[in-house]
Amino acid sequence: MDKQKKEPLIHITKRKEISKKHEWAIRLGSILIALVVCAIITTITTHLNPISVYATMIDGSFGSERKIWALLKELSILLMVSVALAPAFKMKFWNLGGGGQVMAGVLATATCMITLDEKLSNGMLIFVSLIAALIAGALWAFIPAFCKAKWNTNETLFTLMMNYVATQIVAYYIIIWETPKGSGKIGIINPNTNAGWLPTVAGKQYLLPVLISIAVTIFMYIYLRYSKQGYELSVVGESQNTAKYVGINVGKVIIRTLILCGLICGLTGWLLVAGTDHTMTTTLEAGRGFLGVMVAWLAHFNPLGMVLSGLLMVFMSRGGGEISTAFGLNKSFGDILTGVILFFVIGSEFFINYQVHFRKSHRKEAADV
Amino acid sequence: MKKKLIALMMCLAMVMMPMLAACGGGNSGDSGDSGDSGDAAMKVGLICLHDENSTYDNNFLASFEESCKKMGVEPVIKKNVPEGQECYDAAGEMVDAGCKLIISDSFGHAGFMLQAAKDNPDVQFVSCTGDNALVAKQDNFHNAFASIYEGRYLAGVAAGMKLNEMIEKGDITAEQAKMGYAGAFTYAEVVSGYTSFYLGAKSVCPSVTMDVTFTGSWYDETAEKEAANKLIQGGCVLISQHADSMGAPTACEEAGVPDVSYNGSTKSAAPNTYIISSRINWSPFYEYAIQAVQNGETMGSDWTGNLETGSVELTELNEDVAAEGTAAKLEEVEAGLKDGSIHVFDTSTFTVDGKNLDSYKADVEADEAYEHETEVISDGYFHESEYRSAPYFDLQIDGINLLDTNFG
Repeated sequence: MDKQKKEPLIHITKRKEISKKHEWAIRLGSILIALVVCAIITTITTHLNPISVYATMIDGSFGSERKIWALLKELSILLMVSVALAPAFKMKFWNLGGGGQVMAGVLATATCMITLDEKLSNGMLIFVSLIAALIAGALWAFIPAFCKAKWNTNETLFTLMMNYVATQIVAYYIIIWETPKGSGKIGIINPNTNAGWLPTVAGKQYLLPVLISIAVTIFMYIYLRYSKQGYELSVVGESQNTAKYVGINVGKVIIRTLILCGLICGLTGWLLVAGTDHTMTTTLEAGRGFLGVMVAWLAHFNPLGMVLSGLLMVFMSRGGGEISTAFGLNKSFGDILTGVILFFVIGSEFFINYQVHFRKSHRKEAADV
Repeated sequence: MKKKLIALMMCLAMVMMPMLAACGGGNSGDSGDSGDSGDAAMKVGLICLHDENSTYDNNFLASFEESCKKMGVEPVIKKNVPEGQECYDAAGEMVDAGCKLIISDSFGHAGFMLQAAKDNPDVQFVSCTGDNALVAKQDNFHNAFASIYEGRYLAGVAAGMKLNEMIEKGDITAEQAKMGYAGAFTYAEVVSGYTSFYLGAKSVCPSVTMDVTFTGSWYDETAEKEAANKLIQGGCVLISQHADSMGAPTACEEAGVPDVSYNGSTKSAAPNTYIISSRINWSPFYEYAIQAVQNGETMGSDWTGNLETGSVELTELNEDVAAEGTAAKLEEVEAGLKDGSIHVFDTSTFTVDGKNLDSYKADVEADEAYEHETEVISDGYFHESEYRSAPYFDLQIDGINLLDTNFG
């Protein structure tokens, strides 16, 4: 009996190309499997009917007009952060400072609303706070970008640290402006005069943030896809040496891209304070700077795709909240389901990029003959 | 390949089958908030900052469902609602679901509840532990709290008895009778709490002193555990806390240091060190508020429960750890507090910078002016929670040593 070279059970090859149809089939398939796994976990651990759990999640996100608006508001804010991060990541500048850049915008807006509310007319106050937020956000992104371009500092650590600096400055000013004294909270800013609050568009409280985020998303789509600057930053991302060779000023591109990123984050902070929450807390940004990275990455930095990946995140979080209300479950249960679904969604990217081959069973072939 | 596919399909079918069968059983319609029909029970909402894992929120949750059942109303509960616009949205969803009374459990919810009250004038809103209703003057917005300082004073008496026992046994000298207190923030609410606890202990053990440290969070198990460990290492022989996780009780159990708990009994987690705990029983308030809404009566804008109303309680005394005679002593002091012969903040029992106080103006009106506008000392004691339900005692009295401060 001649010794055959033993073939491994599984071997993996990188796919050369894959059709869009095939790609989406893998994605949808992975979500389906995730839902089945979640159903099994639900049945085993809670003895609830998984179909009604899913129905409740959908109800939590889309069950009433108010819920849909809340979902759209959350999606808009998350989408703006994700869209802001996309060009930096596409350039392979690991900007983990989205949160800090948003907080810089938050602080600038709150500062204007608290200190200038009696000095300016309402329209002027909104305008000034917008400009201040944009500058603050851009500055917060510019600092690490400048150091990267000039001295090649590590942007991952730098932007990460800038988050804590921003949060601590916000904490400092909260103590200065807290109402009532000793509470450690600012509460709602200008609750009686509503000075500096964004106007309600068409009677819908959250319509304005939604419109702004749509505009920003479309802008970024066009910027990345059709503009010269968008092309330059993707060249820098592919290879800095290539970029240098073709005459792109890498430092300039880094700084320019990060300022754009900071501007959008600042705008997001402005929307959070003047548009939706009307307060400033150290947790107002709520981890969106990090969640945005995942949203952007899942969509391969395509702003339109981020609408889908962002929707998935917001849907899971709102739906998870609803099941804990409807079934008296701990919120962690919603987190478990979210974790399982994300695991499969992220895992599907592997199967899109690589192909798995199983060893052909020789014995079975022999039996078939 | 085909065989594999069929096998896979079979597996899926087997998994899906029981789910579909259960669905066919007809209980799929119980999700979501269907519009309320005419004769349906009144709905009452509760918004919680955390969930059952927090002793504070658990204290709200436990009595809420019970009270709702008793009053024949349907509870709607939302947990883990942050102190932000999420609170406004959650309140809005409860209004949509048909709630006529909505209660929130955390101080930071107050502003957003007030906002929701302005937008929904037909629904009553209550911000528990909030302090802004008197100033807001919004008819359907209310605050509620209880004079928990009385409960802490009683818990302090139990702590003092324990210290006396330790001194008598010779475990410590009278000078070593130092307690430790892990608080959340350096607010009036916490200051009022640890001061009343200290005064309770001092009323039976005159040589007692106390170290206080702050974690900067209402719920941070690691920080609370670290805080308790730090206090124990600093020579504190008895620990109490005003924060909401099991951090301090478990640290005490590991170190074998007696603990006076808060929000409810922690005996099951700390059987060898738990002495007693004080808590606010929210049932009397829930029932008062629900009844007022049911009868269409106006609720007070600022409600304060106390020992009389049953809002302030001590939980089970752990006889294995507490000093002998504690139960009898507590009964005696409780009777004194009820009939007014004992006042927690009796100005003859404490000094500030070495002096007894005969006048103090507190910031009772929670407005933007931060003025300390109301005289709160008269008849020889500090009138806590009388001019407003939320605590406003913010004096730093002698004998208590703040290791740090934390305003968030």
